[in-house]
Amino acid sequence: MKKNANSLPTVKKVLKYLAKYRILFAISLVLAVIIVGFTLYIPILVGEAIDLAIGKGNVDFEQIFAILIKIGIISGITALLQWIMNVCNNRITFGIVRRLRRDAFKKIQELPLSYIDSNPIGDTISRVIGDVDQFTDGLLMGFSQLFTGVLTILGTLAFMLSINLSITLVVVVVTPLSLFVAAFIAKSTHSLFKKQSETRAEQTALIDEMIGEHKTVVAFSHEDEAAAEFDEINARLQKCSQKAVFYSSLTNPCTRFVNNLVYAGVALVGALISVSSGGAALTVGALTSLLNYANQYTKPFNEISGVITELQNALTCAGRVFELIDAPSEIPDAPDAHVLQNADVDGRVCIEDVEFSYSPDRELIKDFNLSIENGQRVAIVGPTGCGKTTVINLLMRFYGVDSGKIEVSGIETRDITRSSLRRSFGMVLQDTWLKNATIRDNIAMGKPDATDEEIVAAAKSAHAHSFIRQLPKGYDTVLGEDGGALSQGQKQLLCIARVLLCLPPMLILDEATSSIDTRTEMKIQDAFAKMMQGRTSFIVAHRLSTIKEADVILVMNNGRIIEKGDHRELLDRGGFYAELWNSQFES
Amino acid sequence: MNAVFKILKKYRLECFMAPFFKLLEACFDLFVPIVVKSIIDIGIKNSDTSYIVYGCLILIMLGVIGLSCAIVAQYFAAKAAIGTSTGLRRELFSHLGRLSYTEADKLGRASMITRMTSDINQVQTGVNMTLRLFLRSPIIVFGALIMACVITPMSLPTFSIVIAVLAAIVFTIILAGIPLYRRVQSRLDSVTRSVRENLSGVRVIRAFNKEEGEISEFMEKNNAHTDIQNFTGKITALMNPLTYVTVNLGIIAVVYLSSFEIDSGNMTQGDLFALYNYMSQILVELVKLANTVFTITKAVACGKRVQAVLDTPSGVKISESTKDIDENAPAVEFSGVGLTYHGAGAPTLEGISLSAKKGSTIGIIGGTGSGKTSLVNMIPRFYDATEGCVKVFGKNVNEYDPEELREKIGIVPQKAVLFKGTIRSNLLWGKANATDEELWAALEIAQAAEFVRAKEGGLDATVEQLGRNFSGGQRQRLTVARAILRRAPIIILDDSASALDFATEAKLRQALRSLDYNPTVFIISQRTSSIAHADNIIVLDGGEAVGTGTHAELLEPCEVYREIYNSQFKGGDAQ
Repeated sequence: MKKNANSLPTVKKVLKYLAKYRILFAISLVLAVIIVGFTLYIPILVGEAIDLAIGKGNVDFEQIFAILIKIGIISGITALLQWIMNVCNNRITFGIVRRLRRDAFKKIQELPLSYIDSNPIGDTISRVIGDVDQFTDGLLMGFSQLFTGVLTILGTLAFMLSINLSITLVVVVVTPLSLFVAAFIAKSTHSLFKKQSETRAEQTALIDEMIGEHKTVVAFSHEDEAAAEFDEINARLQKCSQKAVFYSSLTNPCTRFVNNLVYAGVALVGALISVSSGGAALTVGALTSLLNYANQYTKPFNEISGVITELQNALTCAGRVFELIDAPSEIPDAPDAHVLQNADVDGRVCIEDVEFSYSPDRELIKDFNLSIENGQRVAIVGPTGCGKTTVINLLMRFYGVDSGKIEVSGIETRDITRSSLRRSFGMVLQDTWLKNATIRDNIAMGKPDATDEEIVAAAKSAHAHSFIRQLPKGYDTVLGEDGGALSQGQKQLLCIARVLLCLPPMLILDEATSSIDTRTEMKIQDAFAKMMQGRTSFIVAHRLSTIKEADVILVMNNGRIIEKGDHRELLDRGGFYAELWNSQFES
Repeated sequence: MNAVFKILKKYRLECFMAPFFKLLEACFDLFVPIVVKSIIDIGIKNSDTSYIVYGCLILIMLGVIGLSCAIVAQYFAAKAAIGTSTGLRRELFSHLGRLSYTEADKLGRASMITRMTSDINQVQTGVNMTLRLFLRSPIIVFGALIMACVITPMSLPTFSIVIAVLAAIVFTIILAGIPLYRRVQSRLDSVTRSVRENLSGVRVIRAFNKEEGEISEFMEKNNAHTDIQNFTGKITALMNPLTYVTVNLGIIAVVYLSSFEIDSGNMTQGDLFALYNYMSQILVELVKLANTVFTITKAVACGKRVQAVLDTPSGVKISESTKDIDENAPAVEFSGVGLTYHGAGAPTLEGISLSAKKGSTIGIIGGTGSGKTSLVNMIPRFYDATEGCVKVFGKNVNEYDPEELREKIGIVPQKAVLFKGTIRSNLLWGKANATDEELWAALEIAQAAEFVRAKEGGLDATVEQLGRNFSGGQRQRLTVARAILRRAPIIILDDSASALDFATEAKLRQALRSLDYNPTVFIISQRTSSIAHADNIIVLDGGEAVGTGTHAELLEPCEVYREIYNSQFKGGDAQ
């Protein structure tokens, strides 16, 4: 195993996981020793049996039968032990997979949002799924192969030595040739494989674009140009793949050839020794055993050379998995943090001198001050990227402020437990997320003990009831991944129903109706109005009609509040907001 | 799988040479025990040193010949396998390009990409393995059987039984394993889904304090996956021990029976050695064969999936032309058009009739899911009307050559998509030989000239995959420019200004109206302000046209239109 400075900590962590299975692991190792010993003993027994059947009228039946019974018993035991060892190994492997995934998943729940937002989802998934599999396959299977391989080599050498020294020397001298050949081929094909995977990646990127955006390609009759570009890459791929596949496929025949050389060498030396000593130094049976060993001796070598790359690869994967598992979690709530009861929330929100940015080199929110009384409606408008959604991230404590403070009901949010703070907000986001569960479960997400009547009532006020009823299984319809067959607008209605059901004291609506057509939106305005009655609410929207009624409109640009006031005040001021508002009537 | 075989036909020589040389190699392998047997029976017995040396030289020669055969075989196998995958990829890619929207929808993007990549790679491995191993292993197994019988006919029953039992064990376990592995995979899929869901929904999950619940749900799925893995492992772990015992029993039988034969002088020690060797060879090869079968089953499944895609007809059929293009006919005419998507229970559009005069502007408005996009998608024949007919310049769209039809139409789809390359390369999709002046003119109209000028490199600024380095609004304007560049007589803007602010959108509309060649323009929007000025507005509701006319004509009688208008303009008095 390659233990350089980088992989050492990873190995330690791996051992920590393995420690939970140390008994199974010990059993597995002991079994491996026994199995290898027995497996190697059988050719010797066969050799002895052959020596007892020398020729016509010269066969010792009694002893042969005794040996055969011995072979039967030993191979039976070996088989049983083999099975037990395999089952043990599986248990260890799958058990570690299970633990790693569990730990990784728990970590996902604790990670700061900044980690999740800045790492592509696909990357994290591949750590939890692919890397975990590759790591356990590679490391544990690799280890057991390595272990039995080394044992087999040592065992074979010992048994061979017990039979004859000079023949053993022949084997020991010639075998490394096989390793050398395998390593040479692997080294020279490495660059070919690298080129292959680069070309493949290039092709996949093209496929991804052209097939993924098939509709645009068709609309512009761009099929032929795309195909030409594809063919060009395809031809290059063919060329380098063919080389890579051909050269790498030479490994087996070449090592087999070396094996044949060993075999011939053993036959030659063995036969000559036997002849020169008149069969005294080496019997035919012993030669048979040796040839049998020679036949299999290079196999563990070939396996080991493969195992080493596999182990390195496994360690890299393990490193990626642990990078996730050991990523810093969100700073936990202070032990004496306030648990905010919804009944105690008075709806006041106060933001003082808040500064925040996602990355230190690009400042975003600065000098942010705002004081909101209970029941006020705050609308946030501004161009894309101006920091509207960031305000929500800060209110919900998905991100922490860099400096300054935010207070809810007079308590700094930093001193409130995250869960109770979040419970006090009802949130509908533009990005409609639904669980892969029934519609009922989705609506009841914030209030799992809700009755059916409550759920239906919430759905009705969100104008979702009628389309839910039309679904084949109504409220029991299981939604596919990310909402499945529902339209964007329907998903948004469900998200609204979800909040309507639990009705927390404060609301956050981030483009909550962006995918709903304006007619339906008008209809659910009633529900919204009722919902917002007496509740402090934050509304982000780019449809200006939605925010006209707000008590305070914050106009943001480049992370700063550039205008603040109600609709009429802002129009009178004739600034940024007035320009936005008026432009919608020009035609 | 037809496609695979069709391509393989081109590699007839390779497909013959690879197994043929493998067969030669296998035959030489089978000679080895015989040679050693002679060394034992003749060389050692008679103390004939030169015979022994000869024998070993023959062994080395067999090795050299085997190696040469193998190299030749590997070369041809690699050539055939890579050739197959290359050809298959090419054919599939051009087929996918020809698919109609309906077919493409049915397949889905993810599955099209899997077919193109991993499925075809599996087929490649499958072909390679088949050519290399699938024939070698049976030859060795049966060759060993034959050689054993040549040595002594009495080995026939023992060898046959051992081969039969081994084959039974290996194939039973594999066949039992395949469905189990599928179950392991499907449970892993649900674990994956859970992880993905928790990453994409992290805000909602935290907002609703669902972390604990999600963890316990995940543990359940995770444990279920581990359980089935362990169960599957227990069964597949039987393979090695069972085959091992079988072969050893075979060896015991061979030694036992041979001892009598040797006693009566019908067999020699060397013969016994050879039999023992053949028995061991059979085991090694059967296990290899089993693994090959596994690879091949996977490859066949992948090949079938690729074939299924190739078998979907490309959907676009051109009817006999009955009429020529009439420049004076309405640019677009719908008569009694209905559209029911494949597999959908109810029609998406019903009884749509409209006539768009050349040079006019048509607005289409309606709620989500009212069928706006479906309607315009029938003009360039992305979907075929399932009822009624659609005519462009007096000629039925299904009588046009699709390319000729699409030349006439510049469409800006709802989703603004750009491709990896430069701004220029993206714009040239609209017109391959456009000059710089033309490009800039189109950008000006699309209100994109300003930001393109500001970009480093201007027209040659890089565009990342799917245009990720541009904002939504910029992408939309570039796609508009791309469509305008064609100077197509019909322009369709499918909600293409949704990411633009009102001011920019208004400027864009103004510019479009001033185009010198007077195209017919279709504008789809959710905003009444975007279409209010249109010559004709079609109001869609639940797939039906509930109103047609100008803004003024609709406002009073059309309730749906009024509602939409009011929802956006109530309180417009604030001006």
